[in-house]
Amino acid sequence: MNTESLIILLYVLVLASYLGFELIAKVPPTLHTPLMSGSNAISGITIVGALLACNELGYTTLSKWLGMLALVLAVINVVGGYAVTDRMLKMFKRK
Amino acid sequence: MILIQILYLIASVLFIIGIKMMNKTKEARAGNLWSSVGMLIAIIATLMQINMVSITEILACIAIGSAIGLYYAYKVEMTQIPEMVSLFNGFGGLASVAVAISDFWLKTNVNMLSMGIIITISIILSVFIGAITFTGSMVAFLKLNGKITGNPITFKGQHLINLILLLVFIGASVFAGVNQLDTTTIIILTIISLLLGILTVLPIGGADMPVVISLLNSYSGMAACATGFILNNNVLIVAGSLVGASGIILTQIMCKAMNRSLINVLLGGFGQTVTKLEEDGPEIIVKEVGVEEAAMLFDGASSVIVVPGYGMAVAQAQHVIRELYELCEKRNIDFKFAIHPVAGRMPGHMNVLLAEANISYDKLIEMDQINDEFSNTDLVFVVGANDVVNPAAHTNPKSPIYGMPILNASKARTVIVSKRSMGKGYAGVENELFGYPNCLMLFGDAKQTIGKLVLALKEL
Repeated sequence: MNTESLIILLYVLVLASYLGFELIAKVPPTLHTPLMSGSNAISGITIVGALLACNELGYTTLSKWLGMLALVLAVINVVGGYAVTDRMLKMFKRK
Repeated sequence: MILIQILYLIASVLFIIGIKMMNKTKEARAGNLWSSVGMLIAIIATLMQINMVSITEILACIAIGSAIGLYYAYKVEMTQIPEMVSLFNGFGGLASVAVAISDFWLKTNVNMLSMGIIITISIILSVFIGAITFTGSMVAFLKLNGKITGNPITFKGQHLINLILLLVFIGASVFAGVNQLDTTTIIILTIISLLLGILTVLPIGGADMPVVISLLNSYSGMAACATGFILNNNVLIVAGSLVGASGIILTQIMCKAMNRSLINVLLGGFGQTVTKLEEDGPEIIVKEVGVEEAAMLFDGASSVIVVPGYGMAVAQAQHVIRELYELCEKRNIDFKFAIHPVAGRMPGHMNVLLAEANISYDKLIEMDQINDEFSNTDLVFVVGANDVVNPAAHTNPKSPIYGMPILNASKARTVIVSKRSMGKGYAGVENELFGYPNCLMLFGDAKQTIGKLVLALKEL
């Protein structure tokens, strides 16, 4: 990686973090648990890296095996995280 | 390919919109859905880059992961949400470690390339944060489900060991940065990080778990960010920083609600050293109340505030409380819930339990909004909460919880406390409230006693 792309990535990191702070500070305390499990599901974005790591051909390399391990774990995190968040948010009703 | 980059951009925007929609309770569910659509788009964009030869095993892994994830997501009890979040969080951390090592192995041992300093640093960070997230979350998970004690586990030289491990880690990283990251070094770095995760969470007690879970949540986001730097991929960085920010904000809120610094929580051992200090204080004499008498107090009240705590979750008393709530509504008694930010084992835990019991969310009032109402309230019913209603936080500068924001339950005309026994709260201090003249103790398992209370109230 050259320094130029590093700088772009750092820009994205700083701006997205700032945006994150602004948005999340407004989430009402009532929703803190679903916020956490929902953001937990978002952190499963590592699934992108896991898929790319699985791309290696053949089972002879450690890279491929680790990629597949990462994929299973990331999918559990993503699918389980979104599903349980949805289950919780469904219960929040106003009468 | 430009299309793939555009899809990643769309995914990033959907994550942001999803989080934004969490700001309103009405829109939150749709927000979560949009966020999951973003994830799906990111997955599709990535699959477009995959060699079709690998697709079978990839789909197999996805099927296995989805089955496990869905099974747990639908099976889990709402009281167990904190442990489930820890578990999934840990999986996310381990996935980051696996991706980082996989990339390292591919570059150095398969393609025989030498890695630049930027990639080396990113891989080290991803392993470090990911591994701490993994073992830290596993320890939190075991503490929350009671497989290991929820009390702080401390031993002599604990902080020194952590410091030495950290220094060795930094030394090895610098060595790898100057020379070349080799297999031995990355194994050492991984093991140290795994150990640090275990050792830093062990000394932290059960009631501090809201802070720990929030912090680990933030780590898992940062680990995803680090992986984004390895892969030179913006969507990982956007998603990771949103999660990182979310975790940090929740951590701050939790620390503030306990009037403790993050360092103080992380050093652990809270509640172990204070018992001696308390022995000098006057003994607290409590008044007991029976179920019938308590029912009459409810019957005579025109306003009731319930203060739920972790004890309510343990006793699974939220459903009988709902029955109590319905009975009171029928009698036109104003009935509300006062939620302290650190009640329960994770941020917002009480709200989820009460929502599950079918209590309208506009009845769940946060501390700052309800604290002035207690003085005009006839009856406060404390269920399984302790430190968060202890007036010592205002009155006793010697108390370890002095300065902690509390719910002013003691200001109400009458306070009934449902409690299993006269045990101390998490902070290990006596609760002055229990000895107040307007405070009555309703001893027994919360679910059983409140069940009896409901029956008695029906007969009145």
